[in-house]
Amino acid sequence: MDNYKPNNMILQTTTSLIAFLLLGFAVYLLFAGHNSPGGGFVGGLMTSGAILLLNMAYGSLTVKKMLPINFTMLIPIGLLIAIATGLGSFIFNVPFLSHTFGYFTFPIFGEVELATAMLFDFGVYFTVVGVVMTIILSIAEDQ
Amino acid sequence: MNVKEIIEFIAALLMLIGAIMAMISAIGIIRFPDVYTRSHAGTKSSTLAVLLTLTGAFLHFAVEQGFYSVRLLLGIVFVFLTAPVAGHLITRAAYSAGVKMADSTVEDELKDVFENREEDKGK
Repeated sequence: MDNYKPNNMILQTTTSLIAFLLLGFAVYLLFAGHNSPGGGFVGGLMTSGAILLLNMAYGSLTVKKMLPINFTMLIPIGLLIAIATGLGSFIFNVPFLSHTFGYFTFPIFGEVELATAMLFDFGVYFTVVGVVMTIILSIAEDQ
Repeated sequence: MNVKEIIEFIAALLMLIGAIMAMISAIGIIRFPDVYTRSHAGTKSSTLAVLLTLTGAFLHFAVEQGFYSVRLLLGIVFVFLTAPVAGHLITRAAYSAGVKMADSTVEDELKDVFENREEDKGK
């Protein structure tokens, strides 16, 4: 079984298409979370699903070269973002984790409602991606 | 009948044909003799069933509520791309694991390819 190379062309070609679809849908879910189903948790799970699909088709070494991210470090980064959004409310002299929103006008998108809860969702997103990828990669690479 | 009613009728018809396709696929999975013919029934007709049903749902929401769901279109593309690949991988894994074909099989063209590969491994 040393020099046995399975022919994975069909899986790899499909994966390179599907992974883009999955990552795009994950970003959509992350931003849709405020007014429709979605949010940081589902978006994070979807992103790790896409990265796992790449891992299964191309092998973990190739993916490590492609995405040089230490997924364990994403957990403290996400938690720090979540805490920072909570501490940010102290600057405006309001209780911990008070959130606000406002309407801003952008050149292409027009008027957009931006909420600080979105930043908290980013924290959840990074933590979920970090936790899921750490669990699965550490199980998969266990010899 | 105006245009709206005609399109709604087409949407309902598409969903009905999709449901019938799914049932045909299920009957095929029960009645076919081995894993390869079963995967033939399970991937092709179920994919078509899902595509027809999703197209019907897309048409229904487009006409009824004026809502063009991009997610349904994405789902159609996604299922169309992934379901045959999943069937291919499952049957390939079954062949590699040495799953027997039905007794009525007359020819196994992949056998020579796999045996040659076994010889290459030894070199």
